[in-house]
Amino acid sequence: MRKRRIIPGVDPKLLIKDAGKLMPDASRRGFLRGAASLGALTFLTGCDIIDGDTAEGVLRKISEFNDGAQAALFSPTKLAPTYPESAITKPFPFNAYYDEDDAPEVDGKTYKLEVAGLVENKKPWTLEELYALPEVSQITRHICVEGWSAIGSWQGTPLSEFLKRVGADTRAKYVWFKCAEGYTNTIDMPTALHPQTQMTFKFANRVLPRAYGYPMKIRMPTKLGFKNPKYVVAMEVTNIDKGGYWEDKGYNWFSGL
Amino acid sequence: MTAETITTAVDTGATIHPRWVRICHWINALAILVMIGSGWQIYNASPLFGFVFPREIALGNWLAGALLWHFAAMWILVVNGIVYVTLGIVTGRFRRKLYPIRPSEVVADLKAAATFKLSHDDLSHYNAVQKLLYTGVILAGVVIVLSGLSIWKPVQFQELTALFGGYDAARYVHFLAMAAIVGFLIVHIALALLVPKSLRAMITGR
Repeated sequence: MRKRRIIPGVDPKLLIKDAGKLMPDASRRGFLRGAASLGALTFLTGCDIIDGDTAEGVLRKISEFNDGAQAALFSPTKLAPTYPESAITKPFPFNAYYDEDDAPEVDGKTYKLEVAGLVENKKPWTLEELYALPEVSQITRHICVEGWSAIGSWQGTPLSEFLKRVGADTRAKYVWFKCAEGYTNTIDMPTALHPQTQMTFKFANRVLPRAYGYPMKIRMPTKLGFKNPKYVVAMEVTNIDKGGYWEDKGYNWFSGL
Repeated sequence: MTAETITTAVDTGATIHPRWVRICHWINALAILVMIGSGWQIYNASPLFGFVFPREIALGNWLAGALLWHFAAMWILVVNGIVYVTLGIVTGRFRRKLYPIRPSEVVADLKAAATFKLSHDDLSHYNAVQKLLYTGVILAGVVIVLSGLSIWKPVQFQELTALFGGYDAARYVHFLAMAAIVGFLIVHIALALLVPKSLRAMITGR
């Protein structure tokens, strides 16, 4: 059911400062090279495990096993630590696989959030309607898969509240998000219903700036940064795992914290 | 029963390292190499200090690949580590081999080692420096696993993460534990090559 593809390298034009650290060289393929460590490994095991899709397949299977392990470790009620305002990281970093200048510019006047899949009401939502939803606030730590972290302040409405309002079937397995620039992301339903999972419209009590995902991001302090989509234009409640931008390239699917 | 058998074997000098020690040792060697190699690649994505590890010695080719390796080998490292530490305690091997560590003996043995006068005639007996290093690396192993869990699950295991001083601090602890283990490995491998019969003993048991 889970669709997983390996994309050997990417458009080099997309390689910018931050993402450069994430992306493989377009000319090199696979995850498995790294001469010295693997040389030692080959020496120790007496067999060459560098080559082949077998090793890559095994690693991906273990990654799927790790999805299950993380889902089991995930507590639907345990809250991520929260921080005082003084702890907010300034300036809060912009991070994407493209330059800040290339971030999507969404027109708030014409914006509509599409809602699809296993929901009773599929009526699209205007920004005005979304802003009218009850507001909650959180100051939590955003942790990037690269290792760095930053504390930010986000305001919006709990995703669970929104799912209730659209009559979502919360027995479904996943919620899928699509973003203005084409970025996609699938999350598990327990995380979607976590009390701190938020449809975010503001950063530090101001309308979400373009850099941080205007008009809407999904903030999940229980997941790594790349699982927190920005510029969200559509969501779908589904039983089919549609994968995601980074997940399809080999990053762990669950990526819980 | 097992403990008795092992004790007898050691006492008669027949077996220096029982089978479980050798199996755990080599599984651990494999796991730790993968963890260190992939860990260096992960470090490179967001370096804590003013340097990165050369690509050639980092495993996984890029961050996603390194993470796949790291979170696969962690199971082997942890399961094997638990078996090793449990057997080490239950059989009494740790107590017998590693304790007590007397500072005066450490100093004396360090001096002897520096002048190449440290005897390795009896491989079943560890000198004070060995005791210190082996105990230290076992502790570093415990710290690296716990700090690793703190970084991996700073929400689910937030109490543990707090123990290390928070997420960012846990990353430094994890790195320093790695550095300690690498430092140990340099000495450990150099000495194993200098005293080849010690390497043989870890393979054949005698």
